[in-house]
Amino acid sequence: MRKAKSPLQTVPPGHPNDRGGKAQPMLIVEDLRKYFPIHAGPLNRKVAEVKAVDGISFSVVKGETLGVVGESGCGKSTMARLLMHLMPKDTGHLIFDGDAVAEPTGISLRELRRNLQMVFQDSYSSLNPRLPIEESIAYGPCVHGAKRAEAKAIARDLLEKVGLRPELFGARYPHELSGGQKQRVNIARALALNPRMLILDEAVSALDKSVEAQVLQLLGYLKRHFNLTYMFISHDLHVVQYISDRVLVMYLGQIVEIGPVDEIYNSPRHPYTRALLNSRLSMDPDERVETAPLVGDPPNPIDPPSGCRFRTRCPFAEEVCAANAPPLGRSSSPLDHLAACHMAHEGSGHSRANQSPAILRPSIPPVAAPVQRIHA
Amino acid sequence: MWFYAARRIVLTIPIALGVTIICFALVYIAPGDPIASLLPPNATASDIALLKHSYGLDRPIPIQYLIWLGHALTGNLGRSIQNSQPVAGEVLRALSNTLLIAILAVLVAFSIALVLGMLAAYRVGSWVDRLATGISVLGISVPSFWLGVVLVILFAVKLHWLPATGMGTSGSESFSLFEWKQAKFAILPVVTMALTPLSIIMRTTRSSLAEVLGQDFVQTLRAKGLGEIAIMRHAIWNAMPQILAMLGLQLGYLLGGSILIETIFTWPGTGYLLNKAILTRDIPLLQGAILILAMAFVAINLVVDLLQTVVDPRIKRA
Amino acid sequence: MTDMTVGSGFDAGPVPERAPEQRVRGYWQTVWQKLRYDYVTLFFMALIALIILSAVFAPLLAPIDPYKSSMVYRLKPIGYKQFILGTDEQGRDMLSRLLYGGRVSLTMGIVPVVLATSIGGLLGVLAGYLGGRPNTIIMRTMDVFFAFPSVLLAVAISGSLGNGIPNQLLTLTVVMIPPLCRVAETATSQIRGMDFVDAARASGASMPSILFRHVLINAISPVLVYASTLVSACILLASGLSFLGLGVPPPTPDWGLMLSTLRQAIYVQPLVCALPGVAILITSVAFNLVSDGLRQAMDVKG
Repeated sequence: MRKAKSPLQTVPPGHPNDRGGKAQPMLIVEDLRKYFPIHAGPLNRKVAEVKAVDGISFSVVKGETLGVVGESGCGKSTMARLLMHLMPKDTGHLIFDGDAVAEPTGISLRELRRNLQMVFQDSYSSLNPRLPIEESIAYGPCVHGAKRAEAKAIARDLLEKVGLRPELFGARYPHELSGGQKQRVNIARALALNPRMLILDEAVSALDKSVEAQVLQLLGYLKRHFNLTYMFISHDLHVVQYISDRVLVMYLGQIVEIGPVDEIYNSPRHPYTRALLNSRLSMDPDERVETAPLVGDPPNPIDPPSGCRFRTRCPFAEEVCAANAPPLGRSSSPLDHLAACHMAHEGSGHSRANQSPAILRPSIPPVAAPVQRIHA
Repeated sequence: MWFYAARRIVLTIPIALGVTIICFALVYIAPGDPIASLLPPNATASDIALLKHSYGLDRPIPIQYLIWLGHALTGNLGRSIQNSQPVAGEVLRALSNTLLIAILAVLVAFSIALVLGMLAAYRVGSWVDRLATGISVLGISVPSFWLGVVLVILFAVKLHWLPATGMGTSGSESFSLFEWKQAKFAILPVVTMALTPLSIIMRTTRSSLAEVLGQDFVQTLRAKGLGEIAIMRHAIWNAMPQILAMLGLQLGYLLGGSILIETIFTWPGTGYLLNKAILTRDIPLLQGAILILAMAFVAINLVVDLLQTVVDPRIKRA
Repeated sequence: MTDMTVGSGFDAGPVPERAPEQRVRGYWQTVWQKLRYDYVTLFFMALIALIILSAVFAPLLAPIDPYKSSMVYRLKPIGYKQFILGTDEQGRDMLSRLLYGGRVSLTMGIVPVVLATSIGGLLGVLAGYLGGRPNTIIMRTMDVFFAFPSVLLAVAISGSLGNGIPNQLLTLTVVMIPPLCRVAETATSQIRGMDFVDAARASGASMPSILFRHVLINAISPVLVYASTLVSACILLASGLSFLGLGVPPPTPDWGLMLSTLRQAIYVQPLVCALPGVAILITSVAFNLVSDGLRQAMDVKG
């Protein structure tokens, strides 16, 4: 049941703004850090800090979808806002396609924002309630110097591409749209500056399952059509497995594991990743989860445990885990599978350090993704 | 909770200092030379300079402020230009008279507002609700000084039931609420004063109670078979912190708003004193009265805030 | 590099969502649609228009010169000869004085609120949007003014400055700024935290552009609704100051001042003496009910 020619059927080759070439990662993040001060007491002095993002380094490869997972409060959204420069970072460097961002040599913030955009979670606040959606989409191009008519044409074109007929929807206000329709508008707004990379922060989490599938579908098409790179932040492990090429797992403001999606899902090396994967619900009644794989709440990010931050909830914790923090390690290829766990590093001093990853394999095989993935 | 209380008290200090700065500035925005009124018209330039020096008026303004603040803190607010009495004493004597009718007015307003507000909130949209809403619109729209005049016309001029003005023959020295001969002088001022706070407290009661009654736990109480009166008792306690906060605020407003009502009824309170200060352009008296009343308002707000932490467990003990 | 390809069943491209046929309405049109059927509010809006028009055209409407006094016709009752609403203590026509008095009283109710809305609103929006230190400086200064009951603050400033129209305007504006600033600040800081503002920042927009295009159009309705409630309060406050002799100097007619000068005559002509108060009451009720109606139509909580 193929529809009449969709505006997204044609895929233009390469991206006109590409600078670094195929091998240059789209985005390199180095030692990103953000602590929020906590004020208390009669004199309202700073008494502590929440270590929301605590020294994160990773890179995003051109053309991939990097999934980011973790419990709520682990710093996923803070990281996204730091990358977009919506809040000042404490430390850290960003390199976008080979150019340092907002540093003396490199590209300006304004230029970064033309190339890197963000799709917000669908909520009542994601679209300006007093602007027709067409205007919301056209706002970005207007800011970057497009004429009104031009910007409007871009907006109408994008509305069509995200599956909303501009003549019907263009003049509507957000309250006249459904959740799925609003999310399509959010995506169109992010695309209005013709960016090369999108950060999708819980972009489908608030949608009904059927609408979620449609929007994921749309994201796939847009990615091919516009040659986009995605960073897909979600707490839904099934969706992340479905959409991602690589996955990054966060715990208390740090990366605990990063690697290709199938390796992460089939042979997780970090006990936290394993526990997360085990807490997914299965469609098979014989495979139901009887006991919660993770008990208790994450520790207080104001005063995280010494050494490995997961050790307080880890069944394999040993003395070495309290003594020093396991490094994530660096690798030559971004496609390497890395885990910040003493058990994954030989010679770390942990009694299980030499065992094969099989011992950490999840007790339940991962559930099949909703749609078959075919690797190109 | 002690932590919260300490923090709230610390936060009050800069506000109180700000209030003193505004009061100090009043003298400077007043037209005319403060010195001129103290000297005979034929004073020489050296006389003026001498006097200025003796009052410290030749020093920089921040220093003048600190000196003034130091005097104010020790209870010295200067002397009235009209009768050369110490300002602090005059204002404090008047304040007790104002507090008397203000507290009575707030109590009257609170009891009527609570009943009306509960009736209105219990059946939103009913005739009781509409009546209550009508009263509250009138109450916040009516000029209190006009209401006072109308009440005087009605009860003093036409009906001869109550005295029109004053505080009785014996004055404020031996005024007693428990003797009808004297207490009747307070009735009209208190009624006039009570109408605006009544309207506002009733609005607060109605809206916060209606909100509580719409919450899930009230449904649970009904489902458990609780009677309507018992449910109302639960609901009113949940709405009480907001109502009490409004009550305190209104008491504070009456301290300031009493000027019009006391002028009409020639009630010898702070408002009457202020009016006298304005008519005679007695700036030290004006300044002192404003300072004491504003500080009383700050103190009332502080007490209300602290009381709220006791009444409302939701306010953090952090 | 891996690429995402999609399996069977999902290859239909973006599915255009069904668009229900409905007319598209902007915010202000929606507000008007609600107001259109709120007959109480409409009635009082018309009444306000009538009061304003009668003040503006007072010279045409007034039957007799409002300054013309007469010893013979002092304190005559309502309906006495040509004096439809009687005369005051100097034998001047009450109806004419009430019409002319509306000019000063309405000006004193509306102009300070307009001024305070611009100044206080701007300060509040800046404080709410910038946050941090500018917010602290602006809002803590406002807190100091909040430490005075409004009548007391007005009496303090006005009592020091002395009477006269400019002083009264200045006083009332100063008194009205802090509450408007606080409302604007609250509305702005709420909007500031919303995702669409972040999206606008992410698109690289400048601060003035975000303020006008995204923040102000959303913050304006609570501020306007609040400002409309203040008009009534401002009229009352202004007439109170005039009553204390801090407004326009006599013999200029002003409702508050008329109440004050007629007070001595309550034993002679009680009904005539109450008239200026009735004028204040009707105007103030009208403004209060209209602002209630606006609040409901604009769907502002509070």
